[in-house]
Amino acid sequence: MAGVRLSHVTRRFGNVVAVDDVNLEINDREFLVLLGPSGCGKTTTLRMIAGLEELSEGNIYIGDHDVSQLPPKDRDIAMVFQNYALYPHMTVYENMAFGLKLHKTPKDEIDKRVKEAAEILGLAPFLKRRPKELSGGQRQRVALGRAIVREPKVFLMDEPLSNLDAKLRTQTRVELKRLHQRLGATIVYVTHDQTEAMTMGTRIVVMKDGVVQQVDTPEGIYRRPVNQFVATFVGTPPMNLISATLTSEQGRFVAQVAGQKVALPEFLTPGLKSMTAEAMTLGIRPENIQLLAESDVPAGHLPVAGVVRVIEPLGHEQMVYCQVGDNTVVVRMDNTWRGQVDDNVVLAMESDALNAFDPVTERSLLTHETPMLA
Amino acid sequence: MAARRVNQTLIYLVLIIASILYLLPVYVVLVTSLKSNAAVSLAHMWNLPAHPGLSSIRAAWAQLSQNFGNSFYLAIPATLLSSALGAINGYALSKWRFRGANALFFVILMGLFIPYQSVLIPLLRVMDTIGLYNSIPGLIIVHTVYGIPITTLIFRNFYANIPDDVLEAAKIDGTGYWGIFRYVILPLSVSGFVVSAIWQFTQIWNNFLFAVSLTNPPNQPVTVALVNIAGSQTIQWNVQMASALLVSIPTLVVYIVLGKYFVRGLLAGAVKG
Ligand SMILES: Nc1ncnc2c1ncn2[C@@H]1O[C@H](COP(=O)(O)OP(=O)(O)O)[C@@H](O)[C@H]1O
Ligand SMILES: [Mg+2]
Repeated sequence: MAGVRLSHVTRRFGNVVAVDDVNLEINDREFLVLLGPSGCGKTTTLRMIAGLEELSEGNIYIGDHDVSQLPPKDRDIAMVFQNYALYPHMTVYENMAFGLKLHKTPKDEIDKRVKEAAEILGLAPFLKRRPKELSGGQRQRVALGRAIVREPKVFLMDEPLSNLDAKLRTQTRVELKRLHQRLGATIVYVTHDQTEAMTMGTRIVVMKDGVVQQVDTPEGIYRRPVNQFVATFVGTPPMNLISATLTSEQGRFVAQVAGQKVALPEFLTPGLKSMTAEAMTLGIRPENIQLLAESDVPAGHLPVAGVVRVIEPLGHEQMVYCQVGDNTVVVRMDNTWRGQVDDNVVLAMESDALNAFDPVTERSLLTHETPMLA
Repeated sequence: MAARRVNQTLIYLVLIIASILYLLPVYVVLVTSLKSNAAVSLAHMWNLPAHPGLSSIRAAWAQLSQNFGNSFYLAIPATLLSSALGAINGYALSKWRFRGANALFFVILMGLFIPYQSVLIPLLRVMDTIGLYNSIPGLIIVHTVYGIPITTLIFRNFYANIPDDVLEAAKIDGTGYWGIFRYVILPLSVSGFVVSAIWQFTQIWNNFLFAVSLTNPPNQPVTVALVNIAGSQTIQWNVQMASALLVSIPTLVVYIVLGKYFVRGLLAGAVKG
């Protein structure tokens, strides 16, 4: 096991900058998730770590070694491909044993490792089958097994669950997490699925257009996104972005939302001081708002008035789409809430959960000292 | 429904007529080669032999056996060599898209359009210079070289169907250019080799031009010997038909035997199924 370091890693394809000056420190035994929309450069980044793609600029270190110029076989990594990439002419056993054979591992050692991995992955009954005689889920396990038996320094996984059906995906997600704990392995995992990222990652790297947006724990990404892209890419439904006008009254910042005054919490003050223009954007997640009667708004909440436009019942909860001035604000309410379309409501926003963005740069106005949540 | 049935009947009818037309000469060859020389006449050419016998086939074999040997000695190595080279070329051109790969492929393909007649004289000189004129090894080289364009095309297209990430998996598992070829590409190439072998064997076995230009008796392949029989004093039609029959058997066998291994679907399961 070892950590991985990317230093100013850039990859260009003609005029396209697929990966743009990425700097990353991946810790030993970490489950690091590269998250971003399709085409943002996740796969390219992973393939550069694997040695399947050349770097246009920068260096990659595995452990203390600069591996930038090494071929994949000398990097001591294993990769799980999106389409599994099993050897179609080999049995499950041979698929897993192939890498070890190439490394001249003794036969009984190969046998031991393959059988162990097959046991962990529930593949023992299928060792003599060919890939085409397996279901998608089983193939996926063989691909995992092929990586595990190698006992590599780093596991690289490119959307390994994307070809599984929803139920199997959820199940495998849990198993992958367990596997990570069991093996104590360093894993770099690529996905465009935020649920996978949030549930499995010890840290998440959000990318967009080849540029790293934020590197943080799942909680940090979710609660304190560094910009509007991260705020809206993570979370279903995404974080509400409410446009407001910034004023100050008696040394405190006040936001005007659709003509209503919202006294902003202290912790936003340092960031807001840097604002020169009046326009700003407030950000708040749907579960940090409650629909209440005016008189019931508890301390630490900021009320704004709105009108219910759409109610989306989801069984265990409901999404309530409210109109506040020109903004649509989604509120997550539990299934006991009773309300009607066109009701006038008060949206009570948890002030600790408030985020603020500069609408021009779309960057967060929170500073590093901003507490996560009270 | 009815229209469909009429349609089908029509198609079958056309096909049956076409195959009868096609098989008529074969029928004449077959019946004539089973007749004695005395029984052969234009008037009775469509009749079945009254006293079928193998005498003409025996006579044909006596004249051709050595040339048969030559033809096998030529066709088998040349088929294997040109297929092997085609596989290596196809692998390099389809899976290691190095700079200029497409241009190189285009140049190789141009080889398909060279009329053999136009290169005969230089070819003769070259063979003479390297001391391989009038020898089967010389013909093997010529057929191997002239087979490369088509075998390269066959394998390049065949390998395009093998997903790249299977090769990348092998790279990560710890092997390189030749290791991937040996452990991944070759085992998946069976159908490619079958297609290439059928094509090359037939081409080389049936080739006349190179054979007649580059070899003299007794080093000639069977196609040339066949024509020589036709050219001898009085034409023994039964022996000639029997020879033609004998000469066509190996290619027929190649089709029947190899066709069986013409398996598809070996790749199924490499990618998401
Ligand atoms: N081999 C390539 N040639 C040209 N462009 C490429 C190549 N591979 C990737 N790209 C481009 O680089 C960008 C990032 O691709 P990729 O890393 O596959 O994104 P992701 O995995 O995040 O969906 C895309 O715009 C893609 O079109
Ligand atoms: Mg990708």
